[in-house]
Amino acid sequence: MSLIDIFQHLLPGIGKTIGIFVCTLVFSMPLGMIIAFGRMSKCFILRNVVKLYISVMRGTPLMLQLMVVYFGPYFIFRIQISSSYRLYAVLIAFALNYAAYFAEIYRGGIESMPQGQYEAAQLLGYGKGQTFFKIILPQVMKRILPAVTNEVITLVKDTSLAFSIAYTEMFTMAKALASSQTSVLPFVAAGIFYYVFNLLVAVVMEKLEKKLSYYR
Amino acid sequence: MLLEMNHIRKNFDGVDVLRDISLSVKQGEIVSIIGPSGSGKSTLLRCATMLETIDGGEITYMGEKAVWVENKKPVFAKKDKMKAIRSCYGLVFQNFNLFPHYSVIQNITDAPIHVQKRKKDEVFAEARELLKKMGLSDKENAYPCQLSGGQCQRVAIARALALNPKILFFDEPTSALDPELTGEVLKVIRSLADLDITMVIVTHEMSFARDISDRIIFMDGGVIALEGSPEEVFGAEHTRMKEFLGRFREK
Repeated sequence: MSLIDIFQHLLPGIGKTIGIFVCTLVFSMPLGMIIAFGRMSKCFILRNVVKLYISVMRGTPLMLQLMVVYFGPYFIFRIQISSSYRLYAVLIAFALNYAAYFAEIYRGGIESMPQGQYEAAQLLGYGKGQTFFKIILPQVMKRILPAVTNEVITLVKDTSLAFSIAYTEMFTMAKALASSQTSVLPFVAAGIFYYVFNLLVAVVMEKLEKKLSYYR
Repeated sequence: MLLEMNHIRKNFDGVDVLRDISLSVKQGEIVSIIGPSGSGKSTLLRCATMLETIDGGEITYMGEKAVWVENKKPVFAKKDKMKAIRSCYGLVFQNFNLFPHYSVIQNITDAPIHVQKRKKDEVFAEARELLKKMGLSDKENAYPCQLSGGQCQRVAIARALALNPKILFFDEPTSALDPELTGEVLKVIRSLADLDITMVIVTHEMSFARDISDRIIFMDGGVIALEGSPEEVFGAEHTRMKEFLGRFREK
């Protein structure tokens, strides 16, 4: 089997890998913002509940979290799970895990904003929502972009963890193919795929950074 | 009276920064507040502009009570009233606080358009007029990071003026600037004096304060130690004032 044949073989898995990647970003980035606000809340209980959540999400392996989300319903509640639940389990675990990381990135960005920006906005009569969305958020975006790039690149590689609950994304397929063909070539193909994917991510993020470099 | 501050007290972690300060400002008046660092000048301005809450006393704008103290807690006027009160004053900060992601013209026009909901063309025409007055007509599309400190401060002044405030506060507007840039900013503030805008200026520029002000307030240790016309204050036989001025002359 040539590399091209292998890629053709892996194509369905590549689609699924990209699916996990896109869905995780779409769900976890807004969710992270909500969690960040909870983490910065004035309410003691909310703040500490969120703190605990972030601590658990960052302190345990994503692989374990995947298993808990996938097998948990059956072992805890004796709910029969269907095979279609596998994809949902992957998306739930990834979104919850990445939202925790994004929340901390957002918080760092928001808390690094100088107080003077809020004061100037207040004096000019901007409301709380206007101040956040027009003045604070655009500047926070610029500040956190390098950290977000890091996280997105990690996510590309982390999609391979879905194999732990036998979800047939690209890496799971590559492994199966490698055993059946007794060849390492599928792993080479997988490596090339992740690298090129991340090269693309890096280029896009660099473009974004350049676009925002018109001010300091 | 445009602004009345009565018996204002402010306390930071057990330290009395403002101790029973009363101050009123008439329409069209220019008042300079001078005094040594830590005497409470900036805190007084921050209380007047409600960036800081007060621990005692009351503040009234145009006869409308804006904030007062009940049971040791500050109480603000109702929301709609507060909105009207807030729109009658502006503040120019020591470190400008321009919005770095907005161009010069956006910095000036955004609040009039999106807060005051005024017509775009009208706001832009007025903003360009203001920029001309500030000598910055060619900087309309520049970003704050491309400007000098003096230019930034002039944009900040234009931004505050664009909302047509009745009273404009300046919190040490030239303290972050070198002497050359200080001159250009003071010139602009002087030109505003001719426009009959009410101004309250916290400053360390003594000769500027003497020239421009109708009234000078000398603050020391959280109280108004001396108050009067520039001639009265600068000529007063007041020990602390003389010490303070003496130190300035040495510089």
